[in-house]
Amino acid sequence: MTGERELDMDQLLDNLDMRVIVCCGSGGVGKTTTAAALALRAAERGRKTVVLTIDPARRLAQALGLRELGNTPTEVEVDGFEPAGQLSAMMLDMRRTFDDMVLAHAGEKRAQEVLANPFYKTISTSFSGTQEYMAMEKLGQLAAEGRWDLIVVDTPPSRSALDFLDAPQRMSSALDGRMIRLLSGPARTGGWGLRKVVGAGIMMFAKAVSTVVGGQLLADASAFVQAFDSMFGGFKQRARKTYELLRGEGTAFVVVAAPEPDALREASYFVERLAAEQMPLSGLVINRTHPVLAGLSASTATAAADNLDRTGDAPLASAVLRLHADRVAVCERERRLLARFTKAHPSVPVVHVPAMPQDVHDLEGLRTIGERLTGH
Amino acid sequence: MGYSPIGWTEQVSRARLHVVTGKGGTGKTTVAAALALALATGGRRVLLVEVEGRQGIAQLFDTAPLPYEERRIASAPGGGEVRALHVDAEAALLEYFAMFYNLGIAGRTLRRMGAIEFATTIAPGLRDVLLTGKVKETVGRTDERGRHVYDAVVLDAPPTGRIVKFLDVTKAMAELAKVGPIKDQSEGVVRLLHSQDTAVHLVTLLEEMPVRETVEAVAEITAADLRPGAVIVNRVRPPRLPARSVTPAAGGRVDASRVRNGLATAGLDLAPEDVEGLVEETVEHAIRVLAEQRAREQLTEIDLPAVELADVHHGIDTAALYELAEALVDQGVRGR
Repeated sequence: MTGERELDMDQLLDNLDMRVIVCCGSGGVGKTTTAAALALRAAERGRKTVVLTIDPARRLAQALGLRELGNTPTEVEVDGFEPAGQLSAMMLDMRRTFDDMVLAHAGEKRAQEVLANPFYKTISTSFSGTQEYMAMEKLGQLAAEGRWDLIVVDTPPSRSALDFLDAPQRMSSALDGRMIRLLSGPARTGGWGLRKVVGAGIMMFAKAVSTVVGGQLLADASAFVQAFDSMFGGFKQRARKTYELLRGEGTAFVVVAAPEPDALREASYFVERLAAEQMPLSGLVINRTHPVLAGLSASTATAAADNLDRTGDAPLASAVLRLHADRVAVCERERRLLARFTKAHPSVPVVHVPAMPQDVHDLEGLRTIGERLTGH
Repeated sequence: MGYSPIGWTEQVSRARLHVVTGKGGTGKTTVAAALALALATGGRRVLLVEVEGRQGIAQLFDTAPLPYEERRIASAPGGGEVRALHVDAEAALLEYFAMFYNLGIAGRTLRRMGAIEFATTIAPGLRDVLLTGKVKETVGRTDERGRHVYDAVVLDAPPTGRIVKFLDVTKAMAELAKVGPIKDQSEGVVRLLHSQDTAVHLVTLLEEMPVRETVEAVAEITAADLRPGAVIVNRVRPPRLPARSVTPAAGGRVDASRVRNGLATAGLDLAPEDVEGLVEETVEHAIRVLAEQRAREQLTEIDLPAVELADVHHGIDTAALYELAEALVDQGVRGR
């Protein structure tokens, strides 16, 4: 295709300096499958690989031997699977990762206080950025363990690919004591200095918030933040370290998108954002495309099918011609959508992964996707 | 085929709030917009609401990002109109506070400091309470003669994975204030969402995962005492092969010589690799048709009215939205 650079995925997988591959993209584009297929291929090409999946479909998880949330990697052992390297896989257990983190950073007593706080329960399970934050934390742990020479990371199924980068920051500011102190007792903690800066409005706001969300919740939150405060420095430091890892030489971002307007728009945002953050983008995977396999135009095919239908002689050939014409139309739509992306980002290498006719839920299927990802 | 869509029922037509959900990537926003146009057909006024902060409606109708206000976005056949509203939780919170407290210019300062985002995230239910509260206000709003301003409201809702949590304001409230103005307001929301006036529609594709999520979501919706409306099967592609050829073709058995002869009859003389390519396309098509049949059979298990929308080859633009709306009207979709 014109104006498009090709993404050489095997080169990426074989590069021993490459230690982390992050698969990002909006929800529903096939990130998890892509991550698993890349990890499998890397293992078969000799690397000691671990894939961190976030929320795999049940059957994909089974294919990797992940029957339950383990929160620690287990080696994939399937009959007949003997990779030159090694493949381990794990599913992120967000709550446990958070618990472990608290336990590791606080003294026994403090940790129990935090774990028992109702507000902690909310924030560790349903806060909008927790999954992303914990994925980062887990990545940091895996990297620190040093047991693998390649970590492939799937990212949470958020609406926007950008959430992966933004969420830890959001989480961080929610856990930061300043805001909660402001709301739970502005007059006391802020004193006159604060009063001067923000005026009486914020006092009113704090009162309103406490009316709306309830005094109990604010009190819980406040107690949580106080208990959490001592660990907070450590948390932030780790988050910063992981962030540095993501910006480092040994990390590659692979953006996954379906050939659909929304997914490609998200991919565009993400590519721009990575550039702004100076994070290393390897390229774009256009997942589940429908290439045309025969050199015959849609109009010729349709005209020929019309001819055949008039006589009714060759129903099979007519059907074949019509389904081919449909496919040409789909392919053209996909090409148009992709052209918009490549015009805006001509330097981003792209690889097309033709759609599998069926969902993938075994290693064989993942292997086939791996081949398609590398243009074989 | 396994099942045939039974179309839009009388009961679904009675709803005033149409909540549209579906797995990500199934075309929820497109369907919500087409549904709004269909419901507005024949002179009605419909409000199309989005709450996910994506500006999907503006992109669909190819206009500038929507502000937090209701504005006309399209005319419907027969004198109807669709207005659109992008609800932003922060703006809704400020609007809400302004009703009870005089914040003055502090609102802007608070926003800049991230205090509002903080307040809506510290209490995760609060955001949903605010969003559904705003939706409820638009559904119930009346003019000076006491008539509803909107004949129907269509909500482009969060995806199936989060829909029950989103709509189950009762639960969210249990975690929030036990008293106060928001409590009173949310009781009205709960009443509306659990009444005959609300229908939760599910958008799906004829694929394994979206259908499974749909089936699960229906069970969840019912268990939460909400009312599932219709299943809207999106992007349906025509089966091209004669029914008896599908199964053999899916197993790789396509009679290449018959295809070649047929092509010759039509005056086409293709290279062998092109014929091979056609055969391969046919096998993939057949596998997909079989998967779609299985998906349809699974959908019959959930006993809901269903309508279908054909795939739009050239992509969705405003013209395509009107075509989809027309298809919905043809299948019995109408407002009350």
